[in-house]
Amino acid sequence: MTVARISLGLRSSLAATLRRELQIALRSPGNIINPLMFFVIAVSLFPLGGGANPEWLGQIAPGVIWVTALLAVMLSMESLFRSDFEDGSLEQLLLSPQPLYFQVLIKVLAHWLVTGLPLVLMAPLLAYMLALPAEGYVPLIVGLLLGTPTLNLIGAIGTALTVGLARSGLLLAVLVLPLSIPVLVFGAGMVETALNGLPVSGIAAVLGALLVLASTLSPLAIGAALRISVT
Amino acid sequence: MLSAAGLYCERDERVLFSALNFSVEQGQVLQIQGANGSGKTTLLRILCGLNPEFGGEILWQGQPVPKVLEAYRKGMFYLGHSPAINKTLTPLQNLHWFCALQGFNADNEILHVLSAMGLRGYSDIPCYQMSAGQQRRVSLARMQLSAATLWILDEPFTALDKQGVADLEIRIAQFARNGGAVILTTHHLLQLECPLTVLNLDTLAGRR
Repeated sequence: MTVARISLGLRSSLAATLRRELQIALRSPGNIINPLMFFVIAVSLFPLGGGANPEWLGQIAPGVIWVTALLAVMLSMESLFRSDFEDGSLEQLLLSPQPLYFQVLIKVLAHWLVTGLPLVLMAPLLAYMLALPAEGYVPLIVGLLLGTPTLNLIGAIGTALTVGLARSGLLLAVLVLPLSIPVLVFGAGMVETALNGLPVSGIAAVLGALLVLASTLSPLAIGAALRISVT
Repeated sequence: MLSAAGLYCERDERVLFSALNFSVEQGQVLQIQGANGSGKTTLLRILCGLNPEFGGEILWQGQPVPKVLEAYRKGMFYLGHSPAINKTLTPLQNLHWFCALQGFNADNEILHVLSAMGLRGYSDIPCYQMSAGQQRRVSLARMQLSAATLWILDEPFTALDKQGVADLEIRIAQFARNGGAVILTTHHLLQLECPLTVLNLDTLAGRR
């Protein structure tokens, strides 16, 4: 059995991880659909509870959509490392010669593609339901596109720390929600600024900077947290 | 190949082992013995680098492991209690990812190894549909695919049937004869066709 083996570079190895994560996500669709369902249902409750006054709904729409999106992201985070921790794949990931930094970055990216991106795509529909004025749509979508990956990266640090605990939900929220506040403030603020007719490019730049900061630094924290959890 | 000098570990204020010295060389099979709770798994996790809470030093090819970490991770294969197999994926997908993590593509070998493991025809079936023993075989297929020269195996015989146990013993002996080194724990009576060294943690327990 002397078949020549093709040795892989970092990129093909990361591509294999991305493909595996997407395959797993497709095999267990509950992890994708639950946060999305939560997002839709929670936002739909506001017109029911607060009265169907379009003017009032339009005013609270940015905040409602952003807060609910944040909670939906937190809800989705628990599944990020859970199955890998339980079946031992995480041990193999930590022991592999591949750089952990990029492996966790790719895992979070895959997680965002299957849980964060659907939220972004669903947001305009919910904004329409809440009678968001037309000039708010683009800032809402741009803000969520920049903000949800940041929320995923921050959430992944907490998830990595708590993956060894049996009921980590509340602890995860306590750890991660305070760190998510800047994203929430700028994200919802961006839509409100646009509704007031002011330029939003500065706020978009801040959200972009937060994303760059999170995607460069959080993989280090996630990797370190995973090593602690697996010990 | 791998040597440990002055290993010390305690858990819950109980010393599991201290001043533990041993080494494995090419062609050697080292069996770690000990009662339940004597620290066999802890020792193996320390050796493979999953548990940083220990004293002493571990050397790989004469160099401290932290200095040659990447080479060590390429040269070492660890099989733990958990199978490291995602149950929603097929054996093929699982093994493909494992090989990619090790930095190579061995797609044409995977089917061959799977059928050698007695899993011909199971390559595209999700692992949750397979029995515990079959999942164990998928896990052992990883061992067969890895390019490592040191195997660290924690209870590798669990859930295997008689034939599986015999096959695995042959594989371990073959690997050692070809210049590999094996460190393993088991409660099963090993019948290897190669020299076996035994390290008993019970006789070391409590020594300070």
